[in-house]
Amino acid sequence: MADDKDVLRDVWFGRIPTSFTLYQDEITEREADPYYLLLPRVSYLTLVTDKVKKHFQKVMKQEDMGEMWLEYEGTPLKWHYPIGLLFDLHASNTALPWNITVHFKNFPEKDLLHCTSNYVIEAHFMSCIKEADVLKHKGQVINEMQKKDHKQLWMGLQNDKFDQFWAINRKLMEYSVEEGGFRYIPFRIYQTTSDRPFIQKLFRPVTAEGQTHTLGDLLKEMFSAAVTPNDGEKKYQVVIHGIEPVLETPLQWLSEHLSYPDNFLHIIVIPMPTD
Amino acid sequence: MPSSLLWAVDVYGRVYTLSTAGQCWELCKDAHLEFKRLTSVQQCCWGIAGDHQVYLYVHSSDVPIRYQEETYENQRWNPVDRFCEKLLPSDRWQWSDVTGLKHQPLDSFRLPSEHWEWEADWYVDENIDGEPTEKGGWTYAIDFPATYTKDKKWNSCVRRRRWIRYRRYKSRDTWAKIPSQDDGPLPDPFSDISAGGWEITDEPRGRLSLWAVSLQGKMWYREGIHHHNPEGSMWTEVTTPGEVVQISCGPSDLVWAVLWEGQLLVREGISRENPKGSSWVVVDSPSTEVGAIHVAVGINVVWAVTKDRKVWFRRGINSHNPCGTGWIGMVGEMVMVNVGLNDQVWGISCEDRAVYIRQGVTSSELSGKTWRAIAVARDDDRSRSGSANSLASAGCFFSGEVRVQSQSSVMNDAESSSETERSQAAQSTSLTHADAMKRRIPKVTSDSFISELVSDKERKPDRDGRDGQTPSIQEDGAPQEQASADQETSVELLPQSSGQQGARDPKWSNVDLEEAQPPLPAAASDTTETSSLSSVATYNLGMEEQYGVDEHPLWAWVSGGGCAMDSHTHLNWFSASTGVSSSVQSMSLSITPAQTAAWRKQIFEQLSERSKREMENFKHYEQAIEQSVWVKKGNMQWWRDWKPNKWIDVRFALEQFSGTDGNRDGILFIYYTFNDEKKYLHAFINEITVLVPVLNDTKHTFAIYTPERTKQRWPIWLTAATEQEMHDWLALLNLSCCDSRGIHGAPCKQAIWSTTCKGDIYVCEPAPNLEAVPYPLPCDQMFWRQIGGHLRLVESNSLGIVWGIGYDHTAWVYTGGYGGGFSQGLGSSTDNIHTQTDVKSVYIYENQRWNPVTGYSSRGLPTDRYMWSDVSGLQECTKASTKPPSPQWTWVSDWCIDYNTSGGTDREGWQYAADFPATYHGYKTMKDFVRRRRWARKCKITTTGPWLEVPPIALWDLTILPCSSQSSVEEVSLWGISNKGDVLCRIGVTQQSPAGTSWLHVGTDQPFKSISIGGGYQVWAIARDGSTFYRGSVSAQNPAGDCWYHIPSPPRQKLKQVSVGRTSVYVVDENSNLWYRQGLTPSYPQGSSWEHISNNVRRVSVGPLDQVWIIADKVQGSHSLSCGTVCHRVGVQPMEPKGQSWDYGIGGGWEHITIRGNSQEAPRIVMPVPAENTLEKKGRVAEEGGEGGGRTASISSVLCIKEEELNGNAVSC
Repeated sequence: MADDKDVLRDVWFGRIPTSFTLYQDEITEREADPYYLLLPRVSYLTLVTDKVKKHFQKVMKQEDMGEMWLEYEGTPLKWHYPIGLLFDLHASNTALPWNITVHFKNFPEKDLLHCTSNYVIEAHFMSCIKEADVLKHKGQVINEMQKKDHKQLWMGLQNDKFDQFWAINRKLMEYSVEEGGFRYIPFRIYQTTSDRPFIQKLFRPVTAEGQTHTLGDLLKEMFSAAVTPNDGEKKYQVVIHGIEPVLETPLQWLSEHLSYPDNFLHIIVIPMPTD
Repeated sequence: MPSSLLWAVDVYGRVYTLSTAGQCWELCKDAHLEFKRLTSVQQCCWGIAGDHQVYLYVHSSDVPIRYQEETYENQRWNPVDRFCEKLLPSDRWQWSDVTGLKHQPLDSFRLPSEHWEWEADWYVDENIDGEPTEKGGWTYAIDFPATYTKDKKWNSCVRRRRWIRYRRYKSRDTWAKIPSQDDGPLPDPFSDISAGGWEITDEPRGRLSLWAVSLQGKMWYREGIHHHNPEGSMWTEVTTPGEVVQISCGPSDLVWAVLWEGQLLVREGISRENPKGSSWVVVDSPSTEVGAIHVAVGINVVWAVTKDRKVWFRRGINSHNPCGTGWIGMVGEMVMVNVGLNDQVWGISCEDRAVYIRQGVTSSELSGKTWRAIAVARDDDRSRSGSANSLASAGCFFSGEVRVQSQSSVMNDAESSSETERSQAAQSTSLTHADAMKRRIPKVTSDSFISELVSDKERKPDRDGRDGQTPSIQEDGAPQEQASADQETSVELLPQSSGQQGARDPKWSNVDLEEAQPPLPAAASDTTETSSLSSVATYNLGMEEQYGVDEHPLWAWVSGGGCAMDSHTHLNWFSASTGVSSSVQSMSLSITPAQTAAWRKQIFEQLSERSKREMENFKHYEQAIEQSVWVKKGNMQWWRDWKPNKWIDVRFALEQFSGTDGNRDGILFIYYTFNDEKKYLHAFINEITVLVPVLNDTKHTFAIYTPERTKQRWPIWLTAATEQEMHDWLALLNLSCCDSRGIHGAPCKQAIWSTTCKGDIYVCEPAPNLEAVPYPLPCDQMFWRQIGGHLRLVESNSLGIVWGIGYDHTAWVYTGGYGGGFSQGLGSSTDNIHTQTDVKSVYIYENQRWNPVTGYSSRGLPTDRYMWSDVSGLQECTKASTKPPSPQWTWVSDWCIDYNTSGGTDREGWQYAADFPATYHGYKTMKDFVRRRRWARKCKITTTGPWLEVPPIALWDLTILPCSSQSSVEEVSLWGISNKGDVLCRIGVTQQSPAGTSWLHVGTDQPFKSISIGGGYQVWAIARDGSTFYRGSVSAQNPAGDCWYHIPSPPRQKLKQVSVGRTSVYVVDENSNLWYRQGLTPSYPQGSSWEHISNNVRRVSVGPLDQVWIIADKVQGSHSLSCGTVCHRVGVQPMEPKGQSWDYGIGGGWEHITIRGNSQEAPRIVMPVPAENTLEKKGRVAEEGGEGGGRTASISSVLCIKEEELNGNAVSC
């Protein structure tokens, strides 16, 4: 019987095969080959695409290169969402590899944040972790950590060091047995069909009576359309890390095991593929 | 900690118990009696029933209470009849006790009470001092009395033999009436009782002090209560300065009583020799206006209640001052209070008659913080409401109440017959009369407060008229109505209540009550304030069977003397769950695991599917993040390798990188400065064989071993600045080591387990070539990783059944997890890790020297050892300065004199000798100028690990059937020896339930200490006197075998430990010699003789391949560093079961190893190379040890020389 610890490894070592193609309108000196990479699901686009940038640099003039941004089928990809989330949200049920188009011009100021250096990603990542811990432990755990522990979390993510990251992150996943879980579950629900970026509200892992809340309970409250009625047809897929956990799964367990490194449970609700 | 029981009596005299692990009050199994008072200890509960007689309830156990009766048959030789029963007139009786002074023929032995039965008939004991005698069991001497020998000599004129017979206490899990006394003053009916005093002395085992107070205010003490005589032998009166109403006896030497006038009595002079004490001291009541009515004592506390229900705490109680110094008034009004184990306090509140527990009672704050009510339902409530519901819905009208009614009708019959009996006026203590008495008593405990309570009420029960008929008629009629009303209501309410806990909603029962008894006004409200009133009203009507259920129970008495808990114990007693809702909870709990499996399984499956989908076809893609080196640094101290050894500050770094084979690897660097020169020392992570925490009270040290350093007996010792830092490093290094070796998850079933002298547990995955011949894996290359928990020994077999025994003799079963302890997070499994506790004693010695002026005094010679020291005398250890072994341990007792030191002690615990250091004896002679005594203090560790307790029997040793891992054995033989020496056979041990179900007691004539079962069900065991036994006819079908065969020991040796493999039998004696049993054949499994194999052996473990591993006392290198080293016998082959030489592994400080899980046969390699090579190498290791060891060479070479001799040709190199 597999151990829960294996889930953490599987989640961490999830990879999306991706092919990067330069946008056709970009001016090049010679034709650019696509570039293939295995992207870690838990990381951020701008953190892992240095190689892509270097690859296309070779065929472009320096002066033509603005800030690199990525797009999938017309949708600019937000670098501040984890890669796995972007993939599940926009490209679930499509053929692999994931075809991303690379741009160096016409930065879509309306849709994307600028990412000038890794410090920006680090600041964003740490602020997510802090927000999650405020929800989970009133921020007590993260605030009691030392600076070097914060650094270790970030370095673990940046260098894809599972042990390094989890040596610290496990402290963020602790809770007292008596309470039966975190104070609130840090979660975000994303959908392609809405203009709202995501749904985020306060939600406890257990009911006032001490019953555990499940994924289904959460969705019923936040996005009831996502829950298939007993007799109804399944209209939506609920995806986390590329899988569809059953709705009976306890939310607390999900939060401990299927959260992204930013400590949020990013849940994607997408319409069922029609075919 | 095993669960234990809190006992209580409700106002109707019914006895309930509440388990520390439970969530409801359970009606006592033997519920036919009504009780007034209870006093419980861990093994039993004493009570005074309604008939004012004393009853004893002994908990059932897998180990019977057996008492050995013995008598001697004496004979004298004469030329005519040879040895015969004709003795000289001056001789002893032909049948006598051991002294010969008392005449006791076989038929003079009687069972002491109806609660005993004979186990079998008389038989002759054929064992003398651990040696088997000739047939008939005769021992010979020149004359009576003399030294008897087993050999008949020419001058043997007399002989004797010992006959034994066992009787067994049979009244367990039932109230056994203590028979009334035949001789001596007969106590009048009892009114109060208190048991305790088990901490005064454990001689004889299970000794208790039982104090009782009679209705006339006299005090009695029960003599002779101990484990083998649970009932005690007789009552003796203890004179008191006044009439006593109540008494309380603590676990130790505190005994307080309350006088009729309201003062308190304190017993003084209680000691080991005189547990009854010698005199009384009077202490005034806490309050000047009102007298005391109740007192309760523990080890260091006294609580009292005055007539106005106020609760008082006595200040300043300690072992020197049992009277204390003053009273402190406490919050809360109680009817009574009781002090249990660990000075925990229970009380029954005046207001609502609920049982309260005093929270926050710790050794530093004995008075605790607050009272908290225990809010749990009673099991009979639940069953009643539960069955009412179910049966009502099924249309059955009479339902659960039928049982109650039939009971009451039985009572009526009895009552009418008792009527006639009474008319006969049979004035005796005959049983029938007692029963009649008992049945006549109204269902009210006659405690003063209850009668008060009752008399306060306007409506007095007409029972006071002592007319048995009236209430019986009422009872006959009313309950039926009640029952039907009950059913109807519940039927009505069923639809409503189906949703939640409606069925137990107090409202409907009150409605019900109103319907049945319209005039009752008190019924309505459900608040706690009035509930007691309404319930009392109910009770007055004699309808308690119906109404007692509805509100919370009303308690009359509580006893926590057997309830093992402290302020940290987690209890489920406070969720105010009613019967139904708690059963709902437990229902949902029982469903959860199945659900769990479903959703979790799906996630596992989907994740692996996802990985396949997204990654399998794209393995040729480049990784986005390059693997890089990760370095962790820190500052530490290092015990430097060269002399003079000392701690020096070092920088410590771990560099990790991905190895070529995909496994991650790393290097440790220790940067230090020597002579202003910067230097470093390094070790590869994949070379590290074991990480050992060496935590003590001053330094947070751990040791790192590699094969090279294992050979040198000199690990890398490092000290971290804080305990936390040490644990972080250990967790990280452990993970790195496991990663580099590709070890993940739980140890395999074949794993080798070991423990260190610090109780740490290590496990090693055996390599296939571990037992290879002729090239086994060198022992020092074995990688050991730590498993959480604290154990003295671990035993396993290749089916993955693993058991352990703690230092406190608690038995633990392995859960299949890994990690725990320091390795939190990734190094630990999520499930199967539980809290584990262990308790051990720390010893210090008080040393004194005799001088002509003052006698023995603590003024020694200038050259003497410290007057307070460790066992060696080299370290000063005072009571105040001695700390627990490490910060993980906390003190749980005070210092007390240890009377069980080897060599014996006098009455004050002293041992005498001519000078320090010497051998000590327990009596003073003219030549003794020094003496010492040992003080012990208990400390406790709380940690976590993959272990679950197997209560309740404490174990000394255990063994599990060794077999091959493919074996299809259904039920695995597991034998144990209790810490009292009973031999036990575990029933129901399978791979699915490794804990088994229960113990089967295997009778022996003496206590045992070591046991081992072989692959062919050969059971060998060693008794405490050093004699060896073979158990005949043990098989899978007959797991307990049929009889013991006594095997003679090696000459002049007392055996200590035995281990049996597939066929080999090895034993270790008390002088550390290892012996092999020769001549074992299937037809004669007892074998013929012992062959000496080696000395310096502390423990042996023989495995399913007959492989032999030991813990050696000393090997090469310094003694202190190699004491307790794992060694492997090499060259063991089917034709050469004794092997050839030793290979040295990890140590020192190792205490126990079991290789009984490893049944992997090495792949057979036929090599042309002669076997000498390995042997040569081993020999050389041994020699190097001898040279390198320097001053200890003489000691360590003992084992080495031995080996060289055995090796033969190895000497030549």
